[in-house]
Formats: sequence, C-alpha cells, structure tokens
Amino acid sequence: MNDVLDVALRLAIVFAVFMVVPLVVGQAEHKVMAHMQGRLGPMYAGGFHGWAQLVADGVKFAQKEDVVPAAADRRIFQLAPAVALLPYLLVIVAIPIGPSEGAVGQVVDAGIFFVLAVMGVGVLGSLMAGWASANKYSLLGGLRTAAQLLAYELPMLLAAASVAMAAGTVSLPGILNAFEWWWLPWQIVGALVFFVAGLAELQRPPFDMPVADSEIIFGAYTEYTGLRFALFLLAEYAGIVVLCGLTTVLFLGGWHGPLGADGLGWVWTLLKTGVLAFVVIWLRVTYPRLREDQLQKLAWTTLIPLALAQIALTGIVKVAIN
Amino acid sequence: MPPIPGSGLAKGLAVTLRTMTKRTVTAQYPDVQPELPPRSRGVIGLFEENCTVCMLCARECPDWCIYIDSHKETVPPAAPGGRERSRNVLDRFAIDFALCMYCGICIEVCPFDALFWSPEFEYAETDIHELTHERDKLREWMWTVPEPPALDPGAEEPKEIAAARKTADKLQAQEERVAQEAREAQGAQPGKEAQSGQAAEQEGQE
Repeated sequence: MNDVLDVALRLAIVFAVFMVVPLVVGQAEHKVMAHMQGRLGPMYAGGFHGWAQLVADGVKFAQKEDVVPAAADRRIFQLAPAVALLPYLLVIVAIPIGPSEGAVGQVVDAGIFFVLAVMGVGVLGSLMAGWASANKYSLLGGLRTAAQLLAYELPMLLAAASVAMAAGTVSLPGILNAFEWWWLPWQIVGALVFFVAGLAELQRPPFDMPVADSEIIFGAYTEYTGLRFALFLLAEYAGIVVLCGLTTVLFLGGWHGPLGADGLGWVWTLLKTGVLAFVVIWLRVTYPRLREDQLQKLAWTTLIPLALAQIALTGIVKVAIN
Repeated sequence: MPPIPGSGLAKGLAVTLRTMTKRTVTAQYPDVQPELPPRSRGVIGLFEENCTVCMLCARECPDWCIYIDSHKETVPPAAPGGRERSRNVLDRFAIDFALCMYCGICIEVCPFDALFWSPEFEYAETDIHELTHERDKLREWMWTVPEPPALDPGAEEPKEIAAARKTADKLQAQEERVAQEAREAQGAQPGKEAQSGQAAEQEGQE
C-alpha cells in the first residue's frame, strides 16, 4: 500500500512540474522577449504584469472549435498532439534534480539511453501531424521535421555519449555522482553541441524551419485548432524544460554547486535550468531563422565533427587519467 | 583585419541583452495619460469673449467645417449727442471635427486670439453628429488650453508685453516727475515734508 502511495505521489509531483514549469518558461518568454524588444509584454491578464496570460490563452484555446479536415487521416491527426507531448512527460520522470533518492521520479539505469530515445519519439508527433493533415504545407513541415531529426539526433547522441564515457555510466544520477568541476571545461564543446542540437530538435528559433511561417504557414501544425494546437505549443515549452534540464544534468553538474551542497542541490538544478531556458529565449529573440540548407550544413559539417572531436578528447583524457 | 568568426553573433546577443536592461518604450495609454507637448493639436477651443464674428476662420477653413451665425445689435451712443454704433453678436459657433483636418489655419488666421489649440484628444463619439462641437463645448475646451511655452532665453519680448511695459514706464516717469515737482515746492517750507510728500503722490496717481 505504501509503495502505491509513493508511486502515486511521485507521479503527481512530476505531472505538476510538467504542467507548471513549461508555463513558467512560456511566461518568461513573453516577458523576456518583450523587454528585449523594448516592449512590456502582457500586462493585463491576472492583474500583476500579466502573470496569468498563458492561463488565459489556455482558456481561449479550450473554447475554440476542434476542427479535423475532411481529407485528413482522422485517427492519426487526433493522436499526434499526444504523441508530441507525452514523451517529454516521460523524460521528466527520469531527470534527477537533487542527490537524494526522493529527488527523481524514477531512477532509470540506462538513463541517457531512455531519455534520448524518448525525446526522439516526441518529434514523431510532428511527423504524424504533417502526414495526417492532408495539406501540402503540413507535409513539407513534417518532412523538414524529419530531416532535422535525422541531422541533429546524431550530434546530440555523440555529445551525450562523450559524457557517458567520462562518467563510465549511462545512469543520470550515476553521471552526476561522478561529476567533478573540471568536467565543465573538459566537456564544454560537447555541451554546446548538445544544446544547439537540442534546440534544433525542438524546432526552436533560429532552427524553426519546420514551422517557418513565412514559407509554409505553420508547417505540420497548420491544420490544427483549439486544444490540440495548444498541446503542440505546450510540447514545445515542455521540450525546452527537458532540454535545459538534460543539459544541466549532463554537462553543468546538476545539483553540484559552489556552496550549499547539502539539501540545496535541487536549487542549483533549477537555477541552472532556468538560466539555460533564458538562453533559449535569448537566442530566439536575437537570431533570424536559418535557411533549410544552412541548417543541414551546420549539422553535418560543424556539429558532428565537433562532437566526434569531443569524444576523441574525452577518450584521450580518460585513458591518460587511468 | 578580418573580424573574428562569430563576433557578429555575439554582437547580436549583446544588443538584445542591452535592450532588455533599458526602459521600454511602450505607452500604457488608457492607464497612463500620455505626456503631450504644449502645442499638441488635440482639439480647438473657442474663447468666445474675444470673437468679433469677423468670419475669417470660417472663410479660410479648407474643409468648411466652421459654422457661424450672428446678428447685429445697435449700441446707444457712448456720449450724449454721439452716433449709434452697431455691434456683432455671436449666435452660433460650431466646429465639425468629423470634417476638420486639424490644419490649424483658423487658429493662425484669427486676428483677435479667439481660437486655441488644446491637447485634449479623447472626444471620440459613437455618433458622427456629436463630433460637431457647439459654442458651449468649444468654450469648455478653453479650460484645457495650456499656458504658452516659455520663450527661449534672450528672445525678443512679446509685443503685447512690450506695449504694456511702455505704457507702465511712461506712467511711472510721469508720477516721478510730479513727485519731484512737489518736493521742490516743499523745499521752501521745511517741516511739512512728510505730509505733503504723501499728498503729492496721491495727486500723481490721480
């Protein structure tokens, strides 16, 4: 009975985090983006500086009609948002935020494996949406998503593999237990590759060609309305949280910090994740969208060689230490 | 020297970060009233006490949006045996702000300073007829006309002030002359100086 309660509690907490943190990131994006452009952003919803803007947006989306195009593949079309969103929920279960047993939803032995594999599934949601919409823009968006997934999954995996090599384990808490501060300069290239590749996989600007509105309307999500569309948007923000959390855990030492090691580890994790989320927003505001071919070129001629070089460096240092 | 690769990217990040730390330019208009310069062209106010119904404004208006009605009244002669005078009395003065293009020609052309710009701009209506502001409403706008902006340092004195000062100076000089004469007259009879000095001043004022 106690076990059931424990599992239920953990799931409830993970679900709450999954529902709240992406909204916080979304609100931060509204505000940070506005101020970076010399604006104020939302100011009315909720009274104080528009804190409830995304709640209001959610209510609005829920009220809208849920349209499925006549020629669409009905079942797949309706299923796609869930496929896009749920993997991130599963990933959050496996991300440790503190050193203790209670600070992770579920310890997964092959953590990196699980996390990266499940994150890849999330992109399938966009593919399904693109194919099932029976719309050329959607199809183009879906294909771009697929091409982007192929190009960026590889450097992401290679960069993550470098950390796994350094730690000698694929378990996320295991990696964090093995973490030393000098891993930071050692793995910095891998961290950059991982972060950039993750951005591309999330289709965040400047890598948002699959939803490039000036070219293909809204890519795979063109035909979506109402709540299903909101779920795709939520998936994007959940993806930011997951990506920033993973980068924190793999490359920035998660709960390790210069002070307050005992009991305050989770603060460090959240702080680092928050800073990374800010960087994600910052990049979005600053850079224009890459062209489709530039995107591919960046992946195959820059990120993959860099990731391979990082693995070589990790191997050499590892052997030298031993 | 060629630029360092990636320096443009860093520059871009610096620009957005710097903008974030600066004040935003958003005007929160309905909550916060805008700070308009004193010469803003919001609405036109009529200082009807100054109006002589010369009709120059209505004639110059490019949109023909000023409507003026008036009649003449006869004023009895000021002095007995004098001639009767006729005087224009304003019956209606209206500006149709649905037609007005805010050129300000009427204000420029008014020779008696009866029309003024006011920065008030919140007089939108749901019925277009209500945009024709009649005499009383135009008079009300006068209360919102700001005082004219201060002159530049070293600017020429405004003509009306210069004229007033000239008259005042002339009066004062005359007064002093009278006082001087009175004092000289008292020089012959010392002892009564204080009293007669005051008397002389009073005379001067009269």
